[in-house]
Amino acid sequence: MVDKRVVSAAEAVSVIHDGAVVLIGGFGSAGSPVDLVHALIDQGTKDLVVVNNNTGNGQVGLAALIANGQVRKMICSYPRSTFSKVFPEMYRAGKIELELVPQGTLAERMRAGAAGIPAFYTPTGAGTPLAEGKEVRDFDGREYVMERALKGDFALVKCDTADPMGNLTFNKTARNFGPVMCRAAETTIVQARTVVGIGEIHPEHVVTPGIFVDRIVAIDNPLQESALIAEGSCYP
Amino acid sequence: MTWTREQMAARAAQDIPDGSYVNLGIGMPELVAQFVPEGREFIYHTENGLLGMGPPPAPGEEDPELINAGKKSVTAVPGAAYFDHTDSFTMIRGGHIDVCVLGAMQVSASGDLANWSTGAPDAIPAVGGAMDLVAGVKTIFVVTRHVTKTGEPKLLEACTYPLTGLKVVSRIFTDLAVIDVGPGGFVLKELAPGVTLEEVIEKTGAPLRTS
Repeated sequence: MVDKRVVSAAEAVSVIHDGAVVLIGGFGSAGSPVDLVHALIDQGTKDLVVVNNNTGNGQVGLAALIANGQVRKMICSYPRSTFSKVFPEMYRAGKIELELVPQGTLAERMRAGAAGIPAFYTPTGAGTPLAEGKEVRDFDGREYVMERALKGDFALVKCDTADPMGNLTFNKTARNFGPVMCRAAETTIVQARTVVGIGEIHPEHVVTPGIFVDRIVAIDNPLQESALIAEGSCYP
Repeated sequence: MTWTREQMAARAAQDIPDGSYVNLGIGMPELVAQFVPEGREFIYHTENGLLGMGPPPAPGEEDPELINAGKKSVTAVPGAAYFDHTDSFTMIRGGHIDVCVLGAMQVSASGDLANWSTGAPDAIPAVGGAMDLVAGVKTIFVVTRHVTKTGEPKLLEACTYPLTGLKVVSRIFTDLAVIDVGPGGFVLKELAPGVTLEEVIEKTGAPLRTS
C-alpha cells in the first residue's frame, strides 16, 4: 500500500533546497502551516522564493522565516496587515524583493501551472500599474493582460484530515490556497491534524486527491499563528 | 444634514436586488450587511472561500479557521459552502457575483476606480482581490466620503492615484449624494436630506449632471 507519511516536520521539509520556489498555504492565520514553516527555519534553507497571499504576522511562521533572512523574494497579493511588521521593514530596507499579484491572478497562475497551461489572458489588472511590461490583447473589444503560469518546487500546506495515500480534506476557510498549491508544486508537503486509514475518507469527500501530495506529517495539535501572536510568541 | 457611515451603507443596501450574491469590501462596505431591506435576502461571498457568510460570532465562539477577507471571525449561515481560492475567484472573475460594494480613494467620471495605493514611494503596495473584483463582478458600487479628510474631491475627471480598474464603477454612495456614472460622466441621482445641489457640485471634481 502507498504510504506517504513521514515521522516529523523536520523530515518532511528535509528535501527543500536552497533557492527553491516554495508555495506556502494559508490566508492570514487560517490554513497557515506554521509547524512546517518552523521546521524550515530550523533547517536554515535560504535564498527561497516564497508564494503566499500575505507575508506573515508577528514574529512567527512566515514572518519569522522572512526575519531569519531565508527569503529572497515574496510573490503575494497583500504584503501588509495589522500585525505585519517584518516584511515592510525589510522591503523598505531593500533586503527582500516583492512581486505583487492580484489575489485571483495569483490563484489562477498556480491553477494554470498545475494544469500544464503556460499563460492565460485576464481582464484583471488591465490598464493598471500591475499590467506594465505585460502583453495586452484585445478580445471582443475588451483589454486583457497575459499572465504567466506559476509553479513551485515545493508546497507547504496544512489540511484537516489526510490518509496515507495523500487524499486530503480541509477545515472551513483554512482551505483557501491549499488545494491549488498542492497541484502546482513538484513536491507537496502536507501537515495534517488527523491521519486516518486508507478508505476512511469517502471518495466523494476527497478535496485534494492523493496524486497531488507527496509527503504527509501528522501534527495533531498544530500551532495557530493568531494564538501565537496573541501570546507574544517569537520564533525561534 | 449629511448621511452617516451607517446611512450611506443603508442607502447602498436599498439598491441591491433580492437574492443577489454580494461581496462586501473591507471597512465601510461591511456595514451594508447590517441594513438589508425588509423582505430581501443577500448571499454574501468572501473571497477567502465562503459563500453564505453570516454575522460575527458571539464572543468566545470565534474559530480561527472561519474568517472573512478582512481576517475577522465570521459565521457560516445554513446552506453555506466552503471552497478553495480557484473556485472563489472563478465566482468573482467569471461574472458569477452580482454586486460588489467597495471603498474608494478616488473615482473618475468615466468610472475608473483607485482604491489600493496612493503611489507614495515609501508605501508597501498591497492589492488583495480588489482588481479581480472590479474586473469580474457584474455591478460595482462604491461607498465613500464625498471629499478627503483635507477637503479634496474624491470624485474627479481623472484619478491621480494608481488605478484598480478602468470604467468599472456604476454607482457611488457618499455622505452627500447618490451619484451614477453614466456614459457622459457623473449624474446626480439623489441628495442627502438638507444637502444642496450647489454644495455637491462644489465638492465634486468633475461636471455633475442632474439628468
